[in-house]
Amino acid sequence: MANLPPHLEQYRKIIESRAKDLGLDFFNTIFEVVSYDKINELAAYGGFPTRYPHWKFGMEYEKLSKSYAYGLSKIYEMVINTDPCYAYLMEGNSNLDQKLVMAHVYGHCDFFKNNVWFSKTNRKMVDSMANHGVRISRYIDRYGLTAVEQFLDRCLSLENLIDRYGIYNEKPKPQSEIVMPNFNFKAENPYMDRFINPPDVIKKQEEKFISDKLASMKYPQNPEKDVLNFLIFNAPLDDWQQDILSIIRDEAYYFSPQGLTKTLNEGWASYWHSTILNHQDIMNPSEFIEFADKNAGVLQMSSNSYNPYKVGIELLRDIEYRWNTGRFGREWEDCDDVRERNNWSKKTLLGREKIFEVRKLHNDVSLISEFVNADFCHRQKMFVYKFDPNLKQFVVDTKDVEAIKKQLLFAMHNFGQPMIWVENANHDNRGELLLKHLHEGHDLQPQYMDETMRNLFHIWKRPVCIQTKMNEDEMIFKFDGHLFTNKKVDS
Amino acid sequence: MSIRKDQGRFRDIIKGRVRDNLKKYISHSSMTGKSEKDLVKIPIDSIDIPNFRFGKDESQQGVGQGEEGQGDGENGQPGNGSKAGSEAGDHIFEVELSIQELADILGESLQLPALLPKGDKNLKALSKKYSSLAPVGPAGLRKFKNTYKKALQRSISSGKYNYANPNVIPNKPDFVFKSAKETKKPFAKAVVFYLMDISGSMGDAEKQVVRTEIFWINAWLQKHYKGLESRFLVHEAKSWEVKEDEFFRISASGGTLISSSYDLCLDIISKEYDPADWNIYVFQFSDGDNWSGEDSLKCMSLLKDELLPIVNSFNYGQVESKYGSGNFYKEFERYNLDQHEKIRRSIVRSLDGILNSIKDFLGKG
Repeated sequence: MANLPPHLEQYRKIIESRAKDLGLDFFNTIFEVVSYDKINELAAYGGFPTRYPHWKFGMEYEKLSKSYAYGLSKIYEMVINTDPCYAYLMEGNSNLDQKLVMAHVYGHCDFFKNNVWFSKTNRKMVDSMANHGVRISRYIDRYGLTAVEQFLDRCLSLENLIDRYGIYNEKPKPQSEIVMPNFNFKAENPYMDRFINPPDVIKKQEEKFISDKLASMKYPQNPEKDVLNFLIFNAPLDDWQQDILSIIRDEAYYFSPQGLTKTLNEGWASYWHSTILNHQDIMNPSEFIEFADKNAGVLQMSSNSYNPYKVGIELLRDIEYRWNTGRFGREWEDCDDVRERNNWSKKTLLGREKIFEVRKLHNDVSLISEFVNADFCHRQKMFVYKFDPNLKQFVVDTKDVEAIKKQLLFAMHNFGQPMIWVENANHDNRGELLLKHLHEGHDLQPQYMDETMRNLFHIWKRPVCIQTKMNEDEMIFKFDGHLFTNKKVDS
Repeated sequence: MSIRKDQGRFRDIIKGRVRDNLKKYISHSSMTGKSEKDLVKIPIDSIDIPNFRFGKDESQQGVGQGEEGQGDGENGQPGNGSKAGSEAGDHIFEVELSIQELADILGESLQLPALLPKGDKNLKALSKKYSSLAPVGPAGLRKFKNTYKKALQRSISSGKYNYANPNVIPNKPDFVFKSAKETKKPFAKAVVFYLMDISGSMGDAEKQVVRTEIFWINAWLQKHYKGLESRFLVHEAKSWEVKEDEFFRISASGGTLISSSYDLCLDIISKEYDPADWNIYVFQFSDGDNWSGEDSLKCMSLLKDELLPIVNSFNYGQVESKYGSGNFYKEFERYNLDQHEKIRRSIVRSLDGILNSIKDFLGKG
């Protein structure tokens, strides 16, 4: 690994061995020092050096490089979840920054390798992405930039319609079976049976029954949450279009677990960078102040936004503390005496073990719902704010733990994307596509919904509908290629 | 690098957006008076890929952390916390384009032909480029790599090279320097005269139209002629020359004698611009309200006998004012000059008409 300059390579070795000693388990990790411009480029491409050509990466790059040029933001680290892991350090960062980032990266790599939500990820994604790029470039050569770009835009518009949790469930979905009724009449004498129940008639009746049944059955039988997959197999697409749609779907699934575990992953990496760096071989005394400053910057509380690094690391530390002191289990839950609770001290010392278990099994949703409690919210000074139209400013709404959890979980569930599935591909018996949105208190944004339906129409090529709640009414919105219509649904 | 391609594509898309709304931006008065390298910020609706997402909820709830009561500082105001999804499409993307780029877009959307130096007045200009190597030169231009290579070659071939102790010392003949190469570039000398009527009959609105149009014509021409000279003349009953920045601000009143500006223009040409060496363009803008028919007659004869033979083209734009349109536009027909190949005329009614008028002037190349 001669990618690093010697002084960094020397630290990398120490950090790597310390991380291993502490129990982290990661893929081989390859670091590379790159210039700010290159890191902006890589970040625009989501970390991958080769992606398919698309203007959205150009837009991202322009935003990143502008905000870097104006000093608004700077990318410290980037790591891609593959085997081996690739991580980028930015040229010109201070030595301490680089050490901190390396330690942080080892935390991420350990998480990528061991967290169960990453178990389905393609670890050779660098190659796959490059292949995707080549395939799409070839389509551009053959069908022209305009056609391919337009189709890509449409696919990207549906990118979030995947089944984020479904891929972990390997049981096949139950298919309802057709139960054949008995068409035979009872014959007193067996020899009469042939005359009372002529076989060819019976056979015809059975065939008719099956075809009637199939026609009346809706398709798909069960709601299909993997909308992209459904479209790949059921929409009237050309081969190349099918291929592009499946590329978009593959990449969406690749990035999905990172969205589902943002808080835990960042918390885990932050926990480890501070643990690993706290060692005389790695940090010399003159760097302590800088370290404290940088660390505080990463973990600062913000009254106007949610900092996944902060919440993640504090939760992990809280869990470690609780399991070290035995603050868990039936006995602890049932204890009402404040003084006793404060002085609770059983030397269980299970903390480390517990957080390793947490990093293996949890995602953000399960982490928050299981480990955030009133104590934690109080100590972390968490609150729910809302906009007060009278005061024309934001005010603290509540500090109730359930409200805080509800707010957090809503934002995290399904990566903050609405849950939408294919309800019926033959809506109204006219081959229209009916999607259904599970309304959980938040309406869809209407203009975006219309534009997305326009894109969906071009893929399905028949009218498309979506059932959702808008301003308290259950509605079906429909786009038939020319007009948007809507009607209320009687429930 | 592929990001350059994607970025280029993104910028093309932006430029497309700007082109679609060109009228709006072009007639924006805040741009006139900027130089060609200046950047202008143009707000366009965010370019976004639509998807099913949550709308803004009215209460704008979110989760924050910190002390209560610190919410009055600059950062204290909770903004958009861990709210679901991203904000709806009400944020605006600002693109920075230079006046030159805008002029380009203008040209594309009006399908203006690229102007090329005309006639045989083209000169070849010599330009220097440091693209070749030489054995002699100043130390500052020494090419270390090439020098070292030569020294290495020499020391190996002469057998002096010691693999255990690889010292390579370049001698005088090893030195290589960057050297300039002279190339010939086509070069055209061109001058544009802008003549503006600033008499009392020209109101502020009319002047604004004229200035905006001149600004964009100038931007377009500047783009196509390197080193184009622009001269700005104004006139009422008499005529004088002003500086560019003054030209876009000046106001005056008084009578109108259009011939005075022709006189001044001819005067400047005879003193400074030899028609044999120069491409000369004239753009005249007025409300067409000349003081007398006599003066118009003088104008036409000046034009016919003195100006037209030496200029590449003569362009007359007439602004419609609230007093109606003057009759100078028709004078061209009276004196059989309206069909002259070097003369182009256009009537501008309002700021919105500027694009068409520019096309009238420049559309034919």
